[in-house]
Amino acid sequence: MDLKTSGKPASIAEIEAIDAVIGNLSHRDDGALNGKPHLNGIGYISPSNSGGHRELLLPALHSIQQKIGWISHGALDYLSSQLGVPPAEAYGVASFYALFSLEEASQTIIHVCDDIGCRAAQGDDPADQISKRYGESGVIKDGWSWSRSPCLGRCEEGSAALIQHSGENHRTVLISPFNSGMLDSISEQSSDIWVSSESAKVPQIDNARSELKLLRRIGSVDPLSLDSYRSHGGYSALRRALELGPEGTLAEIKDSKLMGRGGAAFPTATKWEAVAKNPVRPHYFVCNADESEPGTFKDRIVMEQDPYSVIEGLTIAGLTTGCAKGYIYIRGEYPLAEERLQNAIANATRKGFLGSNILEKGFNFEIEIRRGAGAYIAGEETALFNSIEGKRAEPRNKPPFPAQAGLFRKPTGVNNVETLLNVLEILTVGGLEFAKTGTESSTGTRLFCLSGAVTKPGLYEAPFGIKLGDIISLAGGIKKGKSIKAILLGGAAGSFVGKDQLDIPLSFEGVRSAGATLGSGVVMVFDQDTDFEQVLLRIAKFFREESCGQCVPCRVGTARQEELLARLANKSVYKSKQQELELLSEVGMVMRESSICGLGQTASNAIESAFKLGLV
Amino acid sequence: MTNTTAVSIRRSVAATINGKEAIVPEGSTILEACRNIGTEIPTLCYLENLTPVNTCRVCMVELEGSRTLVPACSRKVEQGMVIETESDRVHKSRKMILELLASSVDLSIVSTELNRYMEKYQVDRERFGPLAPPSEQGQRENTKAGHHHTSNGAFASTVAVPTKIDNEQYIRDYSRCVLCYKCVEACGTDAQNTFAIAVAGRGFEAHISTEFDVALPESACVYCGNCVAVCPTGALMPKTEYELRQSNQWDESRQSVTRTICPYCGVGCNLEIHVQDNKIVKVTSPIDHDVTSGMLCVKGRFGFEFING
Repeated sequence: MDLKTSGKPASIAEIEAIDAVIGNLSHRDDGALNGKPHLNGIGYISPSNSGGHRELLLPALHSIQQKIGWISHGALDYLSSQLGVPPAEAYGVASFYALFSLEEASQTIIHVCDDIGCRAAQGDDPADQISKRYGESGVIKDGWSWSRSPCLGRCEEGSAALIQHSGENHRTVLISPFNSGMLDSISEQSSDIWVSSESAKVPQIDNARSELKLLRRIGSVDPLSLDSYRSHGGYSALRRALELGPEGTLAEIKDSKLMGRGGAAFPTATKWEAVAKNPVRPHYFVCNADESEPGTFKDRIVMEQDPYSVIEGLTIAGLTTGCAKGYIYIRGEYPLAEERLQNAIANATRKGFLGSNILEKGFNFEIEIRRGAGAYIAGEETALFNSIEGKRAEPRNKPPFPAQAGLFRKPTGVNNVETLLNVLEILTVGGLEFAKTGTESSTGTRLFCLSGAVTKPGLYEAPFGIKLGDIISLAGGIKKGKSIKAILLGGAAGSFVGKDQLDIPLSFEGVRSAGATLGSGVVMVFDQDTDFEQVLLRIAKFFREESCGQCVPCRVGTARQEELLARLANKSVYKSKQQELELLSEVGMVMRESSICGLGQTASNAIESAFKLGLV
Repeated sequence: MTNTTAVSIRRSVAATINGKEAIVPEGSTILEACRNIGTEIPTLCYLENLTPVNTCRVCMVELEGSRTLVPACSRKVEQGMVIETESDRVHKSRKMILELLASSVDLSIVSTELNRYMEKYQVDRERFGPLAPPSEQGQRENTKAGHHHTSNGAFASTVAVPTKIDNEQYIRDYSRCVLCYKCVEACGTDAQNTFAIAVAGRGFEAHISTEFDVALPESACVYCGNCVAVCPTGALMPKTEYELRQSNQWDESRQSVTRTICPYCGVGCNLEIHVQDNKIVKVTSPIDHDVTSGMLCVKGRFGFEFING
């Protein structure tokens, strides 16, 4: 392919930033790069379906953004010509992600979470203070600017900010709790704002550690040390899987009746078996760590505090489904989790738990981490594949399903972090024993992200079937002096339930019969003083901003939904309130019935449920 | 090794569409099956000679056992499928999709088929409020992903932007763009392999763009005009047609279409010469022509000025 570029030159610094990722691709189609290490020496360049190396596009864009602070025309052209990607398409990809700038930006950008979790905790718009103190978002002064951000996955702290700092000493830092006063010391490189804060609120480890299964190591294991992980029982599950072999392992998963924890609740064994049995090679396994559902922070805590467990779970998945290569796709806003996973991969590889001939049993498996760049939709599994492949993170039409044609159009297994964590537990206790916990059709335990107006927000683990009221009680109940008005179950894509529904059993079937969903395990509690019009408007804004824009019902529907809620919040209804509500429900219907993917299909769930409950 | 001759026979699959049996070769889409038995399905982003992207969702039909409606243009028929194309669910979805489109995009030059459907469903452009005025040049294009200005809801947002006129061959009026991806496909692997344009931005601000929105003469565009040929809404239009429309002189009733063969090279592309008032106003190629499948090069499509002059 002959590419036409603008002839605008890239600077030496830009060329270096790009070359640092893609190396010396002297001939991009020769395939000779396969097997050569790149990206911190971890992982390998994989053959893309196009014959080029387009799958390096996102890592290279990250590198430019980090080192230069924005992606210039010259840099994009140089990158395009090196990877054999048309500049128009590379621009289409770069402009898809919120963490990339395509015009000169401030060296430091502060992304302040103003999403519903932080709102519910603070009872106010978290960004209000910032704009009062420092002026409008997007305005550069003293080398920094701030902007509003969707949920940053620190809901248990009730406030959070992501600091994106470019240049030679580039870094990405996630801090919480965050208050606007912290920005006063932003010019001092030694201040708190420059180091990712640890946030691992798992209150049960203090009083009920023995009841924990998935979270049992957290707070006790050293997240950096492989030895510490092993002394906490780590890698016994992989040994067991190697003993059992792929078929034996699959049989255990089947016995366990494990269902995926990402939101869709699909039987894990069915998915794994479909990949394992597919004659097309190679197979891939992807760990979906693009946790972005507002109110969700469970996978982050697991990755930050117990990273080896994710690596071990993914290794078992790869072994069972006949993969030699796995990917972890982690959201770009989780720098600490990414760092710890990288460390875990390096150590596990060094000690023979990853790489070739794992534990001398003749099985090869390697893991590469891919970092998202600010796109909720990339958590949709087929959008995630496109993102890894260096394309816009637009969901694909299904069928074909990932087990038939997934990453690089090859058979692919994909599971959420929490699902893989359950695999370790299944191999440790056995599938049948695992299935004794929970309910008949929702086996095992579930991670719940408690946030908002509760006394002890944090990550909790409980057997499926626990009553909603009981999990809220575990979190210390509603904050003192407040009363519960409503609970958001399952995140922005979930639905609100009222305080008269505290006896809903939290199992897949239990919430379904209550017309709700467990989604990603979000239990966000709102008190009686909540301004639900503003909460719903924020949810509507979230979906409008995160829609990929591919299909009409979602692209236009989410915009119309936001406009409609803005009118209701401004008390300036069009025609009549009754007509507005009918319109809202019709827009919701078409998004649910006719959108390509789950984003559009669920974009009106929470909003419509709030109206049904009479919250607005 | 023995020599074997592979004979490929397409099996047939049977589905029930609106109570009627439809038997089609395996691999056929629901849309093809519907057309086979004379059942009409409206489409917008679909074109026979391009890979279906199923983004417009106008062709959604009801499939028994499926939680959501399914796109007829791309969903393949499976044995035993039971499909309804005229159910209440389908009609409600179609009407709302058309209203979402009509309220955000200028649909004044679409196919008579789609116009008929918009009349049938009494599509109301202003159902979501008065339409917002066009945005300024570059405003939509430069909106950063995930950072749009929250609307106060007083107006229904539209995609209206100033028309891009940066070359002598064709204009780009993205106020009419439904983001059907056809132009991107025609510019890419489905026809031209030039890759001058792609979808950029995200969500409601997603739009068709060259890299950094550069003007076409600075882009990879070769002016084959195949994007113009596949555009269903007049967002891409030959400049000759655009100018006549601007001066209210474009009149298809006064036009004749003559089929001939392109005089430039030996490939043998069929041309359709559209003539109004004894002047060539547009050149197209028949979509069912086996040499071109509707596609042409810059000479065939735009190289007619010497005749007019």
